[in-house]
Amino acid sequence: MANTMKVSLVAADREVWSGEATVVNASTVDGEIGVMANHTPVLSVLAAGQIDVRTENDGHWVAATDGGFISVANNEVRLLCERVEISYESNFDEAKRLLDAKIAEEGN
Amino acid sequence: MAVSLREYRARIKSTESMKKITRAMELIAASRIIKAQQRAKQAAPYARELSRAVSAVATYSNVDHPLTTEPENAKRAAVLVVTSDRGLAGAYSSSVLKEAERLNERLRAEGKTVTTYISGRKGEAYFKFRQRPVAAAWTGFSDQPQYENAREIGETLIEAFVAGLDENAEGGVDEVHLVYTQFRSMLVQEPHTVRLLPLEVVEGEEKPAADEVLPLYEFEPSPEAVLDALLPKYVDSRVFLALLQASASELAARQKAMKSATDNAEELIKKFTRIANQARQAGITQEISEIVGGVNALADATAGSE
Repeated sequence: MANTMKVSLVAADREVWSGEATVVNASTVDGEIGVMANHTPVLSVLAAGQIDVRTENDGHWVAATDGGFISVANNEVRLLCERVEISYESNFDEAKRLLDAKIAEEGN
Repeated sequence: MAVSLREYRARIKSTESMKKITRAMELIAASRIIKAQQRAKQAAPYARELSRAVSAVATYSNVDHPLTTEPENAKRAAVLVVTSDRGLAGAYSSSVLKEAERLNERLRAEGKTVTTYISGRKGEAYFKFRQRPVAAAWTGFSDQPQYENAREIGETLIEAFVAGLDENAEGGVDEVHLVYTQFRSMLVQEPHTVRLLPLEVVEGEEKPAADEVLPLYEFEPSPEAVLDALLPKYVDSRVFLALLQASASELAARQKAMKSATDNAEELIKKFTRIANQARQAGITQEISEIVGGVNALADATAGSE
C-alpha cells in the first residue's frame, strides 16, 4: 500500500504500539501537526495532549501523553514519549482512581 | 563422644536450613533476572530513537548547547555510583565501589574536586561508614528501577551541571561521570565508567549504517528548541539504561553468589555427615571394647578365685 507509513509509539520503558497507519495527528508545542504518508522529514517537540492515529484497515487509536517528540523520516513516524497511555490499554476505573487521588492531593 | 555427635547433628541441621535459604534466593534471582533483561530490552527502542534524534540535530545544525559544551577548565567533577540496595550478591557492590575509588583518584590527580552521588543502600552505607560527604543518595529501587527514578537522578545531575556553568556557583560541577556495572552475560558483569556530561553526542549505542544517510529534518519550532527538549531526556534515558544494566548485573551476581553458597553448604553437610558417622562409629567401638574389657576382667576375676 502506497499511502500508509510505519508508525511506532515508544515510551521510556517499552514500545507501546507499532504498525502501519494512514494518518497521525498530534499536538506539538507549535500547534497541531498532521502527518500522512511520504511526509517531509520533521523533528518536532510534542506538547502534552492527544495523539490520534488512523491505522490501516480503518482502525483507530488515541493516546494521551505529557510531552515528547515526533520524528518523521523515510515514511516512518516515531513518537517518543516518556509517559504515554494508549486508549485500548487504559482502563477507566484506574484513570478515575488516579484522577481522584490527584484531586485529593491538590485539595490538601 | 555422644555430646559431639549431637553437636555435629545440630550443625548439619543448621547448614541444611541455610542451604534451603540460599537455594531459594538463587532461584528468586534467576527468575527475576529474566524480567530485568526483558526490561532492558524494552527500554532499548526509546534510547535508540532518542540518540538518533540527538545525532540528527547535532549533525544538521551547529547549535551549541550548554549540556554539550566542554567547560574550559574543569575543576569540579561529580560521580554517580550505582550500587545495590541489598547485599548477598558476592563482590557486586564492592567491585563497583572500587571502580568508583579508582575514578576518584584519577580525577583528584587531574586536580579536580569530586562530588559523590549514590544510588543504592550499599554505596550509601559505604560512604557513611567512612564519613565521607555525599551530595545526594537515592535508594530503594536497585533491583527494579523505574523510569521515574532515572528521571529524578537525571534532573538532579543536570541541575548541578547547569549550576556549574557559573564558575563560582555553589554546588555546581563541570563534568558528570557515571559508574555502574555493565551486564555482559550471565557470567560476566563488569564495572564500567562513562562520562555523562558534557554529552558526547557522536557516540551512539548503534551507529547508523554507512549507507543510511540521515534525512534532512525540518526542526520545529527551531533546532535550538528541539535540542533543548531532547538533551535532558537523553541524559535521563542514559541514566535509566545504566540503572537497568546495573539491576540485571546485581541479580546475576546474586544468583552466582547464592549458587556457590548452596554448593558450599552441600559440601559442608557432606563433611559433617562423615565426621558425625565417624564419631558415632568411634562411640560404638568404644562401648564394645568397654564391654569386652569388662567381660574379660570379670572372667579373669572368676577364673582367679576358683
